[in-house]
Amino acid sequence: MKDDTHNIPRTMPIQSATFTNEINAEIRRAAATGIYDIRGGGAKRKVPHFDDLLFLGASVSRYPLEGYREKCDTSVLLGTRFAKNPIKLDIPITIAGMSFGALSGPAKEALGRGASLAGTSTTTGDGGMTQEERGHSKQLVYQYLPSRYGMNPNDLRKADAIEIVVGQGAKPGGGGMLLGQKISDRVAEMRTLPKGIDQRSSCRHPDWTGPDDLEIKILELREITNGRVPIYVKIAGARPYFDTTLAIKAGADVVVLDGMQGGTAATQDVFIEHVGQPTLACIRPAVKALQDLGMHRKVQLVISGGIRTGADVAKAMALGADAVSIGTAAMIAIGDNDPKWEAEYQKLGTTTGAYDDWHEGLDPAGITTQDPELAARLDPVEAGRRLRNYLSVMTLEAQTIARACGHNHLHNLEPEDLCALTMEAAAMAQVPLAGTEWYPGKGGF
Amino acid sequence: MQVFDLEAEGLRALNSSLHGQAENTNQTHWEVVNPKGSHAIAVGLDAPIEVNVKGSTGYYCAGMNQQATVHVHGSVGPGAAENMMSGMVIVEGDASQYAGATGHGGTLVIKGNASSRCGISMKGIDIIVHGNIGHMSAFMAQSGNLVVCGDAGDALGDSLYEARLFVRGSVKSLGADCVEKEMRPEHIELLSELLIRGGCDAKPEEFKRYGSARGLYNFNIDNAY
Ligand SMILES: Cc1cc2nc3c(=O)[nH]c(=O)nc-3n(C[C@H](O)[C@H](O)[C@H](O)COP(=O)(O)O)c2cc1C
Repeated sequence: MKDDTHNIPRTMPIQSATFTNEINAEIRRAAATGIYDIRGGGAKRKVPHFDDLLFLGASVSRYPLEGYREKCDTSVLLGTRFAKNPIKLDIPITIAGMSFGALSGPAKEALGRGASLAGTSTTTGDGGMTQEERGHSKQLVYQYLPSRYGMNPNDLRKADAIEIVVGQGAKPGGGGMLLGQKISDRVAEMRTLPKGIDQRSSCRHPDWTGPDDLEIKILELREITNGRVPIYVKIAGARPYFDTTLAIKAGADVVVLDGMQGGTAATQDVFIEHVGQPTLACIRPAVKALQDLGMHRKVQLVISGGIRTGADVAKAMALGADAVSIGTAAMIAIGDNDPKWEAEYQKLGTTTGAYDDWHEGLDPAGITTQDPELAARLDPVEAGRRLRNYLSVMTLEAQTIARACGHNHLHNLEPEDLCALTMEAAAMAQVPLAGTEWYPGKGGF
Repeated sequence: MQVFDLEAEGLRALNSSLHGQAENTNQTHWEVVNPKGSHAIAVGLDAPIEVNVKGSTGYYCAGMNQQATVHVHGSVGPGAAENMMSGMVIVEGDASQYAGATGHGGTLVIKGNASSRCGISMKGIDIIVHGNIGHMSAFMAQSGNLVVCGDAGDALGDSLYEARLFVRGSVKSLGADCVEKEMRPEHIELLSELLIRGGCDAKPEEFKRYGSARGLYNFNIDNAY
């Protein structure tokens, strides 16, 4: 209470840790509009992540490899279980599925160019395969999604791999949405939908439910493509041990596992922030499923959701992944959320780094839009080069760490190379808390 | 005519022989014997051939068909003619769930009944069912025509887009945003052609037309459950 006359000390205004300004603003926004918040990107809350792990490096008991002289291989083969033509990548970092519709044509082209220069694959997304993308991607993974927008056997046969999407880390159990602003003539035609409508993609596949059906679906896709290409199954970080087990049982060549930090083009904020497990928590259970079935390294595991640096790549691989996949980081590399657009972000009521209204199609960087003028801001050749550079840096970083740990191939990284900074990370990654030989769940505390 | 014993020669050999047929093949007539409910029979065909399957099939018979005519002299399991692009699939018996799911083109004729989710997410295919169809049929149907000479189950056409549904018998209930619509002369004309194509002797005037009220096309909080 204000009392200037008697000079009595006052209680400081205290902000609630429960009702924060952010929460209160959201309550007011909800009260004014009656609609939940939809946005792009991944979980923004802080969760245990790769930053909570450290590599030990070499010591007396392990000797390192020479930084620039001794070879540290980065190649990976995906789809060795059944496919006649597994995918061979020079680096274990792939570009995740992002739909044409969510992204502009030039943005998809940039991803294709950058990935091809770096010797890795890109992935289509909800909405089908575009010419730009097929033309500029040496290795293209074709997603088989519940919506089946633009799905056709000709494109299926043009693909280097097929990825059956069961779930996405940003929204395990959720379908897609693409709001009317982004349904241009071309997007509408590719999806067989009226222009300008708010498009929902279903959360379940229309013609199979459950693991036994999935096995038959995989059989059908193999029959159609004469067993030529690998079949990936992409799952969200929900129940990684069981989902990985069932994907393997259904006949997957590769399991792609996307944790909760994984990006999305547009989903309810409540879904992004509150459903699914952190990427870090998903890897060991998935690896255990592979090991229990004797399939580790035979069925490859690709991890995604919040991969940003070569250190993240190395840590995911040390925990047992064969490769990783990036979405958000690739977008940033080609120019998303770049400070050079700050004035325009301000006009949209946001700021560099926080811009996530990708569903509105007004992206100043010209990436998450179908507006031809905005899309023309992105030069796909230049953006492709930036992506290539970024991928090379990540690879060099991962090699630096692997050599320091004494490994001549990124695949030789192992959990024993790691320790954890927090109890949570120790529990999730099942590596010892720094300075101890113990992690939660392991006996002998 | 090529006769193929599926039991003796196996699925892989069947589909690769059928895929091997070029546009101008002279092996245009195939007969598949001993299908014994196998899955993925005659999937991914892309040539103007006719395949007669002598018996019943499992899942996804004639999936992703292009150009070919696949004639099943029996019943079909789930997902028959799923994602068909063109050509024709005829089923003499009944069809299990998701018949014609996500089909982009071509014609699927089911002479018996079809189970639930017939024509789910259809994107341009024409489906003609002589008998009845089950619940949730034409869910999120985007484009194409579904003709039902018998009755339709619950929640017909839930959340559908621009597909046209024609039902001769009763409809147990309509799904969200699906409404009865006026049969105008152009619909009678379209339906006559579909009935001829599907080998039905029903009269177009006996049917009612259902389609989207287009009330869910743009998100409105009052439509949410
Ligand atoms: C703009 C955008 C569009 C996406 N579209 C799809 C999609 O169509 N299909 C899909 O399976 N995942 C989609 N995703 C998810 C990515 O494939 C991937 O799982 C995720 O981005 C990985 O996490 P990261 O963004 O932290 O790297 C999309 C992600 C973004 C950012």
